[in-house]
Amino acid sequence: MSEFRVRTMADMMAAGEQADILFWVGCAGSFDERAQKITKAVAKILHAAGIKFAILGTEEACTGDPAKRAGNEFLFQMLAMQNIATMQAYEVKKIVTACPHCFNTLKNEYPELGGNFEVLHHTTLINQLLSSGKISIKGGAFKGQRITYHDSCYLGRANDIYEAPREIIEKLDAALVEMKRSKANGLCCGAGGAQMFKEAENGKKEVNIERADDMLEAAPNVVAAACPFCMTMLRDGVKHHNKEQDIEVKDIAELVANAMDL
Amino acid sequence: MIAQILFVVISGIATYFFAKNLGKIRRNILLGKDIDLSDNAALRWKTMLKVAFGQTKMAARPVPFVLHFIVYAGFILINIEVLEILIDGIFGTHRALSFLGGIYNVAIGFFEVLAFGVLVACIFFLSRRYILKLARFQSPELKGFANQDAATILFVEIILMAALLKMNAADQLLQARGAEHYTQAGSFPISSWLVVPIFEALQFSDGMLVFIERAAWWFHIIGIFIFMNYLPFSKHFHVILAFPNTYYSNLKAKGELNNMASVTQEVKLMLDPSAPTPEGYQAPTSFGVKDVTDLTWKNLMDAYSCTECGRCTSNCPQNQTGKLLSPRKIMMDTRDRLEEVGKNIDANGGTFVADNKNLHNYISEEELWACNTCNACVEACPININPMEIIVEMRRYKVMEESAAPASINSMFSNMENNQAPWQFSPMDRANWTQDLNA
Repeated sequence: MSEFRVRTMADMMAAGEQADILFWVGCAGSFDERAQKITKAVAKILHAAGIKFAILGTEEACTGDPAKRAGNEFLFQMLAMQNIATMQAYEVKKIVTACPHCFNTLKNEYPELGGNFEVLHHTTLINQLLSSGKISIKGGAFKGQRITYHDSCYLGRANDIYEAPREIIEKLDAALVEMKRSKANGLCCGAGGAQMFKEAENGKKEVNIERADDMLEAAPNVVAAACPFCMTMLRDGVKHHNKEQDIEVKDIAELVANAMDL
Repeated sequence: MIAQILFVVISGIATYFFAKNLGKIRRNILLGKDIDLSDNAALRWKTMLKVAFGQTKMAARPVPFVLHFIVYAGFILINIEVLEILIDGIFGTHRALSFLGGIYNVAIGFFEVLAFGVLVACIFFLSRRYILKLARFQSPELKGFANQDAATILFVEIILMAALLKMNAADQLLQARGAEHYTQAGSFPISSWLVVPIFEALQFSDGMLVFIERAAWWFHIIGIFIFMNYLPFSKHFHVILAFPNTYYSNLKAKGELNNMASVTQEVKLMLDPSAPTPEGYQAPTSFGVKDVTDLTWKNLMDAYSCTECGRCTSNCPQNQTGKLLSPRKIMMDTRDRLEEVGKNIDANGGTFVADNKNLHNYISEEELWACNTCNACVEACPININPMEIIVEMRRYKVMEESAAPASINSMFSNMENNQAPWQFSPMDRANWTQDLNA
């Protein structure tokens, strides 16, 4: 595909332009090496769809989600107010993000602090783009593959988004196989609620290993994720069972970008 | 006549104590902080009808769903018969509603079928709990009273239903023999083959049958009065609170944690010391939940509504992997502490006298910090109880009042403060990924 440069809101403003949509990258998407690949896939898809998008770049700060879940409301609100002020300065109306935690916080928790934006998760936007023909998946990179989808808690139970990611997988001509626990009954990867940043309490097992057992049972070629934190947890789970040769963990955006040859 | 007076006195006493204890529970629930849940009445009624009346969330586990539905239908419908028992008891009539004729006979027959269903379902429930020993009934928090409570409820329901069937069996034999006072009424599809043959084989006299009928009648109604008065002390109180509790369900996205308005003003002042303060603004004195009185009344209603079924705990990722956290225990602890606070208030003439205890004495840090905030417990609860909210509120107290977070969480906080990310990366590197899109 044609080379392009990801622009920041500041770049656009300097050029006297206005982005249609803000791509909220999030901390994992910005700094985590594995998650950066998801970020790049999303950027390429947005570009391919001809969407005029921009990022906040160095002006983006953590949404505050892990602080809020860990009980530090002060820190959460400080970061939230800072972000809201930044976005309001750029007159942001619409946001897309590849992180369900950022999505949940921006969508549900920013309005009370004065930040009212239309917030989409990347799976919803990509599904819309596919349905409207803005992007198309060029035949069958995943045809016949067994793909199972791991529901992120913050998309699924938290925001009732179960179908968009599954519809995308079906558009890939892949065989969507469900794990024994899925959708509203899906098992957490173990990262949420700030668990990502601390050691687990004493117990019999790590949560992501328990989830990896479900994945192995479904015997997929690919485990599709829609969250950078799930990505880390699920990959560790697969590695724990020495199955990284058989099972790939990919974000929905990566699957689509791959099928589009981006 | 003496029997009628005795009946009225007993009903009066039973109703008085029941009302008194309901009043106490109401008082205890209202010790919670106010929260406005008066919006969207239409959706709230709909939720209650679906979730409480329709029991839609029970269906996730088909076997207990069917068993529970039988007991639930029995509870609601057989209580129509209790209305007749009350009329008969007060006026000394026998089957006062039998003038309804065909409908009455069908109803009594249907109640017998239900009563038998309840009896069988309770035997299944007992065996699931004590013979099959289902995992969710073996948790440590059920040791002691909780276990005994569950057994009591099932056992009482079985003997109440047995009394009903015995009463009907004696009644129909007396009716057939044309005994005085026992007019032809009702139909008895169960007791006629289950109990009557026993009575016939034992060749009971009319006098004996009248004694059995009366004894079973009194046993049944007094049993109901005792059971009613046991409810306020039992997990079985859910038969009442499930309805209001689902009415007051959270209607927002489950992922949304409430905004702490008390913090918002402080943060505004911190970011801009010249920010205007709203009139009558008082700086908050404490943050988060230290004790039950810091929870909302809805959290406290949740605690009294919980019937300790353990679906929350068996769906909790942390509990499934052997951690100490059990959402059911969070609800049980909240109720236990609230009861303790209520008793303290009763013992001290209406005011709470500090007892050097709070909810954190019941719920440990190890439990609080294990939560994934994944909403599995909230999703699993058949009557929309939210244990997760209590956990987060207690974390707020730990962090904002005591600065007592695990060390790794504290370093996450300082990274977020200094680098605007939970990890120790330079904020200036945030957009580095854009430099090579194909790497």
